[in-house]
Amino acid sequence: MMTDTVTHQTPPVAPLSEATQARFAREVAKYPKDQAQSAVMACLSIVQQEQGWVSTEAEAAIAAYLGMPAMAVHEVTTFYNMYNQQPVGKFKLNVCTNLPCQLRNGQGALEHLCKSLNVEDGGTTADGLFTVAKCECLGACADAPVMLVNDRQMLSYMSNDKLDEMLALMRAEAGKAA
Amino acid sequence: MALDLSRFQTTGSATCFHDRHIGAQIYAGLNGSNWHLADYQARGGYQALRKILGVDGGEPMTQDQVIAEVKGSGLRGRGGAGFPTGLKWSFMPRAFPGQKYLVCNSDEGEPGTCKDRDILMYNPHIVIEGMAIAAYAMGISVGYNYIHGEIFEVYDRFEAALEEARAAGLLGDNILGSKHSFQLHAFHGFGAYICGEETALLESLEGKKGQPRFKPPFPASFGLYGKPTTINNTETFAAVPWIIRNGGQAYLECGKPNNGGTKIYSMVGDVERPGNYEIPMGTPFSKLLELAGGVKGGKKLKAVIPGGSSAPVLPAHIMMECTMDYDSIAKAGSMLGSGAVIVMDETRCMVKSLERLAYFYAHESCGQCTPCREGTGWLHRLVHRVEHGEGRADDLALLDNVAENIMGRTICALGDAAAMPVRGMLKHFRDEFVHHVDHKTCTVPSYV
Repeated sequence: MMTDTVTHQTPPVAPLSEATQARFAREVAKYPKDQAQSAVMACLSIVQQEQGWVSTEAEAAIAAYLGMPAMAVHEVTTFYNMYNQQPVGKFKLNVCTNLPCQLRNGQGALEHLCKSLNVEDGGTTADGLFTVAKCECLGACADAPVMLVNDRQMLSYMSNDKLDEMLALMRAEAGKAA
Repeated sequence: MALDLSRFQTTGSATCFHDRHIGAQIYAGLNGSNWHLADYQARGGYQALRKILGVDGGEPMTQDQVIAEVKGSGLRGRGGAGFPTGLKWSFMPRAFPGQKYLVCNSDEGEPGTCKDRDILMYNPHIVIEGMAIAAYAMGISVGYNYIHGEIFEVYDRFEAALEEARAAGLLGDNILGSKHSFQLHAFHGFGAYICGEETALLESLEGKKGQPRFKPPFPASFGLYGKPTTINNTETFAAVPWIIRNGGQAYLECGKPNNGGTKIYSMVGDVERPGNYEIPMGTPFSKLLELAGGVKGGKKLKAVIPGGSSAPVLPAHIMMECTMDYDSIAKAGSMLGSGAVIVMDETRCMVKSLERLAYFYAHESCGQCTPCREGTGWLHRLVHRVEHGEGRADDLALLDNVAENIMGRTICALGDAAAMPVRGMLKHFRDEFVHHVDHKTCTVPSYV
């Protein structure tokens, strides 16, 4: 008979700052008292905005905060497309290449970015500045080529010229911070 | 983010604030900056809510009267299914003693569709008012607006509008001094097409993976947190204030019988002026195409997917005979769906187009039902190899077979949504697929 040799370790819980907890509390307040789990998607996106990705430690912290199993948090992280399950570049660039966008150069915009940054679709540049990936419908098909920057900002009508201009601005911003 | 990228953001002028709507109700008078409460009230906003509550001295309307107006308007669900809204509202158990919920489906991710984004961004209060009226009609005190995660700025805008409405006593306890209380909150998704399906949306709203539920029970009896719930699309709620102000009959007369009112169409793909166009139901497609500036570059129209990517494609000669309403498009063998009109010109390869759609459905299948989980991947692999010159003689029969065996065999409509484009393409453009298999090349090789 096989014996279970896997050790189930409880992941370490990353402490949440007071500011983060205040943002969580605002989300939890929207739902009935016994349904705090409804806030899990918002809490995960808050963590991702603050830390750049969702680590196992962050999942455990959210689970503890909301009173739900860490695995139930992990199910959500892995089901939805936009949660980063590993660190990404300072600028995460998602270009829609679905059919309506493809008809208006969405695929071309993705390829232009990949070529300009010398990365494959889904890759991160060696300097850790950019992650580029295609994505599914952003719900802005009339604005194609359309893209999302760091999950929260949508850019429209992104011709190759505008993409170049955008990359230059981002590089300058990163240079300032360095 | 300190970096200012606003120069790359849409102003809405091309998609929403143009003068090419006809009889606009939802988009009327918008300019991008007049989304605030005071602006909306200056356009007649919240008068419908005041009317049903009787707060300006008139008799309040009864719940039955509100539902009867909506039934009489011929308003049908604008999210895709086209189900009569008044009838859906009448299914809610009004005497139910416990909590009931109202949910707005703003998870707009059907490829081709971008109408709800412009409603929520530029006229958010019309949705809030529509929801407050619906809540009154069904005796509901709590609601959520589930907003597509990719439009985060729209989510922020809606939150700001909610704050304005609460501060003015238009949401919350005892609205405008009446007995009607309604708490409304915003929720955001984070990238899952499936959550546009109403029961997947409810699962997601409960903080879970968005995997659809078996129906029955329907949400009207077992919805959010297991409680009676009504879910309508953003544009559906946005139509309600006009109906209450002007009467259901007047709304019906804007459109055609069984297809009341105006409808917002997202014209995308190969048109000169992609954007949203609000026009009366029953307007000829040829007129809508003209509003959008015709086919891009003066090219010839080849095909149209008339209701979002899940709708079967129609060739130009059939589409040009259609009027834009549920019944006409259904009669032509497709569906009006969400009102996203994907236009394709003569240079477009149908095999390549279908390949991208098949990839999408395989990517977004939630994995719950075998025919969809396995079938959507299979469809994509088949179309992929036909497109890439590796098609086999029996591949088209196999495509027919796989699509047929997904249809109707899954918990939710995503399986059908993946199969219908395949069936539509093979029905109307089979020759192109045969050409790819026989000659390993494309009939329109210029398509990139």
